[in-house]
Amino acid sequence: MPPNMLLSLADATVRFGGCPVLDAVDLGVAEHEIVCVLGPSGSGKSTLLRAVAGLQPLDSGRVLLDGRDQTGVPAHKRGVGLMFQDHQLFPQRDVAGNVAFGLRMHGASKGRQKDQVGELLDLVGLPGAARRAVAGLSGGEQQRVALARALAPRPRLLMLDEPLGQLDRSLRERLVVELRELFGALGTTVLAVTHDQGEAFALADRVVVMRDGRIAQSGTPLEVWQRPADEFVARFLGFDNVVSATVAGEAADTPWGKVPVPEDAPQGTRTLLVRPAGVRLLPAEEGLRCTVAARTFRGTHVAVQLQPEGAPRLEAAVALREAPEVGETVGVEFDAAETVVLDG
Amino acid sequence: MVLPVAFFAVFFAYPVAAIVGRGLKVDGAWQLGRIGDVLAQSDIRHVLWFTTWQALASTALTLLIALPGAYVFARFDFPGRHVLRAVVTVPFVLPTVVVGTAFLALVGRGGLLDDLWGVRLDTTVWAILLAHVFFNYAVVVRTVGGLWAQLDPRQEEAARMLGASRLRAWRKVTLPALAPAVAAAALMVFLFTFTSFGVVQILGGPTFSTLEVEIYRQTSEVFDLSTAAVLTIVQFVAVGAILAVHAWTVRRRETALRLVDPAVTARRPRGAGQWSLLAGVLVSVLLLLVLPLAVLVQRSLDSPDFGYYRALTHDDGGTFLVPPIAAIGNSLEYAVAATAIAVVIGGLAAAALTRRDAGRLVRGFDALLMLPLGVSAVTVGFGFLISLDKPPVDLRSSWILVPLAQALVGVPFVVRTMLPVLRAVDGRLREAAAVLGASPWRVWREVDLPLVRRALLIAAGFAFAVSLGEFGATVFIARPDNPTLPVAVARLLSRPGDLNYGQAMALSTILMVVCAVALLVLERLRTDRTGEF
Repeated sequence: MPPNMLLSLADATVRFGGCPVLDAVDLGVAEHEIVCVLGPSGSGKSTLLRAVAGLQPLDSGRVLLDGRDQTGVPAHKRGVGLMFQDHQLFPQRDVAGNVAFGLRMHGASKGRQKDQVGELLDLVGLPGAARRAVAGLSGGEQQRVALARALAPRPRLLMLDEPLGQLDRSLRERLVVELRELFGALGTTVLAVTHDQGEAFALADRVVVMRDGRIAQSGTPLEVWQRPADEFVARFLGFDNVVSATVAGEAADTPWGKVPVPEDAPQGTRTLLVRPAGVRLLPAEEGLRCTVAARTFRGTHVAVQLQPEGAPRLEAAVALREAPEVGETVGVEFDAAETVVLDG
Repeated sequence: MVLPVAFFAVFFAYPVAAIVGRGLKVDGAWQLGRIGDVLAQSDIRHVLWFTTWQALASTALTLLIALPGAYVFARFDFPGRHVLRAVVTVPFVLPTVVVGTAFLALVGRGGLLDDLWGVRLDTTVWAILLAHVFFNYAVVVRTVGGLWAQLDPRQEEAARMLGASRLRAWRKVTLPALAPAVAAAALMVFLFTFTSFGVVQILGGPTFSTLEVEIYRQTSEVFDLSTAAVLTIVQFVAVGAILAVHAWTVRRRETALRLVDPAVTARRPRGAGQWSLLAGVLVSVLLLLVLPLAVLVQRSLDSPDFGYYRALTHDDGGTFLVPPIAAIGNSLEYAVAATAIAVVIGGLAAAALTRRDAGRLVRGFDALLMLPLGVSAVTVGFGFLISLDKPPVDLRSSWILVPLAQALVGVPFVVRTMLPVLRAVDGRLREAAAVLGASPWRVWREVDLPLVRRALLIAAGFAFAVSLGEFGATVFIARPDNPTLPVAVARLLSRPGDLNYGQAMALSTILMVVCAVALLVLERLRTDRTGEF
């Protein structure tokens, strides 16, 4: 682990009833870095945050902050912030009371609390909301208050658990941009977890995909998107055109017939991914013969489900004007540039 | 956790064990044969038999009268419903002595029925049974009605859509859901009536005697400690069994029922049947619950110029060393101290029971906390006298003895009230506070306390009312020059003469008003999720 890591987990393991929820995880977060842990529910990502926060003791392994072992350090002395999934605002306090809570716990003077609360509320886009009751806030407003509250004590590491999980789509897309700008401006080190890849890719400098308590892949959003490490990551990212294949030279032998692959592709028995954009439609008598089973309108394109004879279904991304109707017969060819030979 | 355990060890287990030991140990050797001897006596067997059957009869009668009430309060919306719900709860916190006195004024010699029709019931068991119904009506209405109001009526509607008749739908859907609550309520009523003391002491006369009354008689009149000790053990075992069954039914009650907001299930009665049911319940409440108290007040005023009340301020030199009115001050002081103790001990116990890492041992403590409700208060009181009078714990001459005994009865109420609320506090709120830098103690103060403040007030109110009315233990340990209200009432009643009788009525009225006011204040704070009584 490089020495300049703000947070590092070494061999961190948590078991619930003998079953590992966090399985020998090694992870580092550098100062000012935004790391997003991505995984389906039950993959151990929330437990990871709780272990770093000191809310969940490790069964083995260590959590280091600034190189110091945190074993035995209680949650309130770790100096990390955690924004909970459903915000967990204190219902009996108003907005200012919530935001000032951490400042109060750290013994800030009344005047300083007031100034900071004002600044933070401006920062999260809720100026003048100090005296409002939290019960009367909308979901987006609650999220902003929770963020201000978590930022107030200036934690060296801010952790976000499904930060935008309960908000509606348009608000989520706007807030994720705001968050990234805000963290960039403040230089905050962030460890976030989410099950939403869009959120992770938009927010993170680095994405860590988790599966069953282990890290399946770690890399920049582009790396992860372009080269999923294995079938699990590929399917989790929403790619369903995944089959086993035998790669020889620049072609792979698959249930869909011969599929062209990039020239530097690893050889032998592999798993092959074809992105929907790489599935091209042809007239019915050319290429792989398929029946259109379903079509889903996706705004920028139409996702077309194709059923070849005796082979797994294929998804194709097709422009609206060119999309065939359900029941039509089409031919299919593949584009090597949108094909990935997976390592797994 | 340590403090509540120590409290119960020193002020409950130790005195009770001491008195049992005193009774059954001769020259350091246990005389367990005494148990058999005592139980073989025909008069003791008579007491056991009467205790059991009157408790069974009281429970059955209470269910019979209160279940329609539970239904009406749960499902009907009518003007004055909330006030009436509060009114029916008043008897539950009234001191037993007041209840006894009120029924004496209603059905006793020179009572209202005697005046009107020459009917006297105070020499029959009916007076005791009716007083028990009076007391425990609220237990049934609260426990059963509370759940009934939250049962989703659509479940019954679903059964009817599937072809069940109205009665059949009720029998197959609602009744099974209610059964555990009915069982729990019945057991509580049985427990309270099985250990009944003040009511039977006043209304039972020489004919009727429960275990608790007999323990009192053996201890303070016959001075037969070994018989008293055997009876204490019998009662202890019986109460333990009842509580075990109760804990089991409460657990069953927690099985997943779909509960809804009680506000949406109540509606106006419709049709002649429902209106007459409502009328019937209202009449029974008036006759059984309101009338005795009204008569009590009327009797206390049955002398020109508040004569009985004014007599309370005079030092008559005989009954007391101080004017009876001084008992009010004593009672309030003791009750405040007892409330403080009960809230601290009960609060700590409830907090310990809510901790997520609470093990089996701690959860067992939950049931143990209920024991003081059922174990002979007389034994506890007398146990205090004989066990806390020498080192290591010498409190014989300390005023704190009375509040300590009263707090013992208050703690179960505090725990029962606080537990559901504390359990409802979301653990992640505590975690949120911890991550923001709050130490565990700070978390409790900043997160738990504000959320449970209301429940804490309610618990304190219950503890206060219960302490104020505590009689069985206090009668032993209150010093003659410092009587509490219930003790003063009992002493006045035990003396002949209209003036003493009238003064007893007047003091009881004062006590009733204090308790009722405390309760009505609570009722404004109370929500349906608090409390399991």
